[in-house]
Amino acid sequence: MSKDDDDWSRLMRLAMAGDGAAYDRCLRSMASRLRSGVRRAVTRAGLAASDAEDVVQEILLAVHLKRHTWDAARPIGPWLSAIARHKTIDALRRRGGRAGVPLDDIVDILPAPAEEPAIRETELVRALERLPAGERAAVTAIAVDGASFSEAASRLGTSEGALRVALHRGLARLSRTAQERT
Amino acid sequence: MRTDDLVRALVADGPIRERPLAVSLPAFAAVGLVGTLALFVVVLGLRPDIGAAAQTVRFVLKPVEMGLFAALGGLLAIRLAQPGSSTRGLVAGLAVAAGLLAAGVVGELVAVPAADWGARLVGSNAAVCLASIPLLAAPLLAATLWALRRGAPLHPARAGAAAGLFSATAGATLYGLHCPDDSPFFVAAWYSLATAVVVVAGALAGRRWLRW
Repeated sequence: MSKDDDDWSRLMRLAMAGDGAAYDRCLRSMASRLRSGVRRAVTRAGLAASDAEDVVQEILLAVHLKRHTWDAARPIGPWLSAIARHKTIDALRRRGGRAGVPLDDIVDILPAPAEEPAIRETELVRALERLPAGERAAVTAIAVDGASFSEAASRLGTSEGALRVALHRGLARLSRTAQERT
Repeated sequence: MRTDDLVRALVADGPIRERPLAVSLPAFAAVGLVGTLALFVVVLGLRPDIGAAAQTVRFVLKPVEMGLFAALGGLLAIRLAQPGSSTRGLVAGLAVAAGLLAAGVVGELVAVPAADWGARLVGSNAAVCLASIPLLAAPLLAATLWALRRGAPLHPARAGAAAGLFSATAGATLYGLHCPDDSPFFVAAWYSLATAVVVVAGALAGRRWLRW
């Protein structure tokens, strides 16, 4: 995975310096590479393949919320593998999957990049419904409706600054809610 | 929510705001240290003969050993909360620190007649030691665990235990300035026991609060 690793490391460094386009490419590329490995792990654990996208989303949230724990002087691959493994093990355990599934290859082998499956209700939608109203409105406006901060702020009657804070808190809470689900 | 939508929200959330743990953990620990110092001044204080004691090897060994453990424990906590970081060097360092503690014990075995070993081991205030080190560690442990919640420990109990090791031995470094017992026997037995209590508390707290 060295080529992807180099790309991701470079893109993530740009992203952490504020380059949104680089971050977008980095996350999408990671998602497509994670998808097949996670799908394999999920089916091996005896769970429905449709759970895989939930796990991919949990991993992406963790990558986002914990990216400051990556040492930018090193390649990002080992860090991403560790995060992906940790989140996958956790998700499989919560869903009552078989234990002891080998998980070494979630990002380590070269699968064909996989597309996101067709629309369905994900875990994150249910977690979104449980967010406090302000955070839910912020995440929905930016993520689902694809609004800009200024559009969303005027529509929701709030300031851009408050909206940014609500979005950040909402994302952190989504990750916790997913993790605490039993 | 589609993964596409999620990515859009993550990108919108913008550039990084969190400092790396190597920055934030020492900052949090400094806040905890204020509480620990306050407890030390109010509850314990320096021993009266500190000037004379500081001339002896036995006394000086205490802060050196405990300070070494604290530095290694703090670094270990940071590494354990950063996926992909190696902890091997630090674990080797801890073995060296334990070796230093053992060397002190061997030195004492040679220097002190066997008839006095018991008295040196029991010391004059083992119970105060067992109570004081966890007390001094408490503010540091709370602050360190709070900092580690920003990290991504793959093994929350281990990261909590490292936080406990750091907090207990940092507290013990201070406690050594109060404690009238300087024998390496006393330090190896009671300081270690008090530290073990805090390490276990840290591991339990970590398992509970450091999951992510």
